[in-house]
Amino acid sequence: MMNSKCAECDAGVAIPSDAIVGEIVSCKECGAEYEVTELNGDMAMLKPAEQVEEDWGE
Amino acid sequence: MRLGITFDRLRWEEKALKEEAESLGVRAELLDAKGLSFDLLKGGNGDLGDVVLQRCISHYRSLFLTRMLEAEGYTVVNPYEVAETCGNKMATTIALAKAGVPTPRTMVALSSESAEKAAEELGYPVVLKPFTGSWGRMVSVVRDRATLQAMVELREELPSPIDHMFYIQECIERPPRDIRAVVAGDQVVACVHRYAPEGEWRTNVARGGTSKVFTPEAGLKEIILKAAACVGGGVLGVDAMESPKGYVVHEVNNTVEFKGAQSAVDWSIPKKVIEYVMEAKR
Repeated sequence: MMNSKCAECDAGVAIPSDAIVGEIVSCKECGAEYEVTELNGDMAMLKPAEQVEEDWGE
Repeated sequence: MRLGITFDRLRWEEKALKEEAESLGVRAELLDAKGLSFDLLKGGNGDLGDVVLQRCISHYRSLFLTRMLEAEGYTVVNPYEVAETCGNKMATTIALAKAGVPTPRTMVALSSESAEKAAEELGYPVVLKPFTGSWGRMVSVVRDRATLQAMVELREELPSPIDHMFYIQECIERPPRDIRAVVAGDQVVACVHRYAPEGEWRTNVARGGTSKVFTPEAGLKEIILKAAACVGGGVLGVDAMESPKGYVVHEVNNTVEFKGAQSAVDWSIPKKVIEYVMEAKR
């Protein structure tokens, strides 16, 4: 399990050890969603995930 | 054989598809569509695989990407025409009706003015749905004229012109469940009843709906496969309801989500999907 900081609330965002680039992780404290952009050893880079758009879904 | 799985939001489904592909000896790569750009005259984005399984969650991104991939000669599952028909509920209903697949009576009003007339013609209650996207978003049961007027006014405030046209459907009297069938080619891979969660009428798994597997009787299976075929076939999610007059198909989904259905069956849905995709390439 890796950790990164939530840009919204500063809580720790847990990243599962089997996470892969592109995966969505969310902050357990505030619910903000992040996309994993890079994995390097124990380090994970995150960026805010895209928000739901009108044409999303099925 | 190499398989490219394009996505824009990596979900459980895409990871499961990659895993199953690899267990079948197929080299699979997850490709983030957000990182791709295309030179329409020269083409070329490197080699994305022998076949591409399109799994983008955004309808327009999926549609555009598929069109450009096909222009470069890729086999894409599902093809552009299928994505176009399924991604627009108006086009889906036309395809279903033309093929004689039972579907709820539907009217499309091209302005707020005609929306009221269309709803009156169908008779309240009616169901108002957006043309694209969903997961149940902006889907509402409208019980009377006053509510319709309010909904129409709200939609008019939205910036997109597509929200200023209206897809209005008769409200089917159904049990608190609907049917989701995952189809791959001419095979019904899984068929489940989806139950709405408490306090909700929509059965979408995205809204907390739960799934229970069942074996479709011959008549229903025939309707499901006919619905899938009439939009062009492929890997699809056919949604149906039990109406007092029999089964009606109300949606055919192009980028089918099957996490809910998978939780209800003891065989692998992604495996069946990959087998179909590999067959489609041959």
